[in-house]
Amino acid sequence: MLYENAIKVLYINLTTGKIEIKRRTDLAGYLGGVGIASKLLDETMHPELPPLAPEQPIVFAIGAISGIYPLMTKTVAMFISPLTGELGESYAGGRLALTLSMAGFDAVVIQGKALHPSNISIDGGNVEIKDARAIWGMDSDVVGQFIRDQEKGSGKRSILRIGPAGEKLVKFASVCVDTYRHFGRLGLGAVMGSKQVKAILVTGDKSTKIQDFKDYFRVYQSIFKSVTETELMSKYHDLGTSINVEPINALGALPTKNLTANHFADAEQISGEAFAKNNLVRKMACTGCPVGCIHIGQFRREFDSGYEYESVSVGYDYELIYSLGTLLGINSTDEILHLIEAVEKTGLDAISAGVALAWATEGLMKGLVTEAETLLPLAFGDSKTYYQAIMYLGNRENAFYQVLGEGTRFAGATYHGKDFALQVAGNEIPGYHTGYGNLVGLTVGARHSHLCNGGYAIDQSITTFDENKAVDTLFNEELERGLLNSLVICLFARKVYNRETVLKALKAVGYSLTDADLTAIAKRIYKMKLRIKEKLGFDPRNVELPKRFFETASIHGKLDPTVAERMIKGYVEKCSLLLAEEI
Amino acid sequence: MKVLKANGMNRCIGCLSCMITCAAVNQQDHSILKSAIHIKTSGGLSGKFIAVVCQACKDDVPCAEVCPTGALMKREGGGVLLDKKKCVGCQRCVAACTVDAITFDHVALLPIVCKHCGVCARFCPHKCLQLIQEVQ
Repeated sequence: MLYENAIKVLYINLTTGKIEIKRRTDLAGYLGGVGIASKLLDETMHPELPPLAPEQPIVFAIGAISGIYPLMTKTVAMFISPLTGELGESYAGGRLALTLSMAGFDAVVIQGKALHPSNISIDGGNVEIKDARAIWGMDSDVVGQFIRDQEKGSGKRSILRIGPAGEKLVKFASVCVDTYRHFGRLGLGAVMGSKQVKAILVTGDKSTKIQDFKDYFRVYQSIFKSVTETELMSKYHDLGTSINVEPINALGALPTKNLTANHFADAEQISGEAFAKNNLVRKMACTGCPVGCIHIGQFRREFDSGYEYESVSVGYDYELIYSLGTLLGINSTDEILHLIEAVEKTGLDAISAGVALAWATEGLMKGLVTEAETLLPLAFGDSKTYYQAIMYLGNRENAFYQVLGEGTRFAGATYHGKDFALQVAGNEIPGYHTGYGNLVGLTVGARHSHLCNGGYAIDQSITTFDENKAVDTLFNEELERGLLNSLVICLFARKVYNRETVLKALKAVGYSLTDADLTAIAKRIYKMKLRIKEKLGFDPRNVELPKRFFETASIHGKLDPTVAERMIKGYVEKCSLLLAEEI
Repeated sequence: MKVLKANGMNRCIGCLSCMITCAAVNQQDHSILKSAIHIKTSGGLSGKFIAVVCQACKDDVPCAEVCPTGALMKREGGGVLLDKKKCVGCQRCVAACTVDAITFDHVALLPIVCKHCGVCARFCPHKCLQLIQEVQ
């Protein structure tokens, strides 16, 4: 904790009911966030057991200076991913980071399995496992409302919950945090479901005196200013991430109709501007972020004759417009919001759900699966059918949705449709078919996310492609982002938090670190993650990339699998050097 | 004398920068619980945000009226000023405030009272809070 020479970890064992708080002085070399979470995951995971075995841990962690500077707003969750079978790492904003620090914990480790459906309530040092049998089965949005009314602490608590998809162990089930944010990727919802944990509430009343007000407030003010008064963050506030729809489409990098195309003819109708014009009703922020990138879109739906309407508000972002929009051939903002509502209710990861359904649609078109299996005439552009399909997927309605709920890789292998299953190492792809930077980046990235190393940005910034340079950039970016994730900043602020600012921010609250220290911390963290991946049997050279990535042209034309292979090899060599390095 | 008014709460994004800044500047504390302004949700995050803060009562000032030691003095323009030396920590002001804007710091044994300094308004990115001249 801040101004203390120890990392405070809360251990909860749901099987035995044992609660333990440990002050760890040995974790300083990992700084916080993803650093300590990786170390704690390594200490508590069981590589020999399946990802959903009760013994497997869920680790949450915040950073050393979480909540006291603008945009230090995220919490990292680490676990063994039931979707990929290896390193699970996901980030969520909302209020969780602030409430964890007010509860007095840098990290929480949850192991075991509750006897029956339960909620975990963390109120400072007071931890309770509460009966949640009555709310098991509830939709994710309803369960949030229910707990809000039941429990005290309005305004300064955080509520994490899963929907039916998490309970049914859909391998890409998400965890909703404070209504509009999520631990979306890699199936944390299924891990929570496997432990019979429906919800986690975090609150606390810890206060911390500022030790050097002048220094702290000077740095706070300068960061606040650069965030609110410069151009660095304005795109995230103005149109939000959906601003990317049109430029990515214009580049020919927007996966469309299961990546049978790289360009969506109707992109203008679902652009950031279109959402702002048709649906945007408010913007919101995570606690401690004056930017406010959360864009809430509203639409109304007629549910009966006689002018019976209901209004629905959901958050939207670029990735959702891609996965539940262009990838499924949906060209209206209302219909995309409609599908976002479905993934919110069921508690599915929006990207994975869209990719899975896009695969199912093509599978049906190709005759690999039948309508008797899909139960619906899935067709690109038909949002009504997709809404129902998301419900079936979240509920694992029949044998087909059972298979699809294991992930797109598994479904592709089961139904002989792996060539067009849009996944890398088991994780469904984000919305950028930009080139080698992206494809190799997804393969070698620790959590197979575009946010591991920003490969899509590398592809967009270069004119002539140099594979060695691209590999170096991916590697260095992954290292540096590991450092930022140890502070668990919002990565949208990565340009604000350069090394100089990070050092100043740390120094003002008593962390006297040097640039070289930060480099060592970054390397230590990456090494730890690589070791975990090794223990879980992962080798990027064994990843089988679906043919579709090489059939549909990217910004840099059609990709050649041998180039990708060479780059992955080159990257692995860099990792070996790091692993051999004494830090 | 200017007073703080939360007139634009419809635009609030819930970033709590006002609370973080108030607690830091006025209480030298990192915790939002030490803030004199509190942003709450009404009906969860899908509802609107409301600001619980001193309303700058002018003629009848309930918190000052119940203060047995005169630690809370009427402030010109509205609201009160706290004289920490006179406060005995009886918490009557906390109960007397009709909008629940006064909280109690159980460590310092002092009430947390807004002094209308306006630092929260300065750090509000959406101009929900404003420091304005009260019209007589």
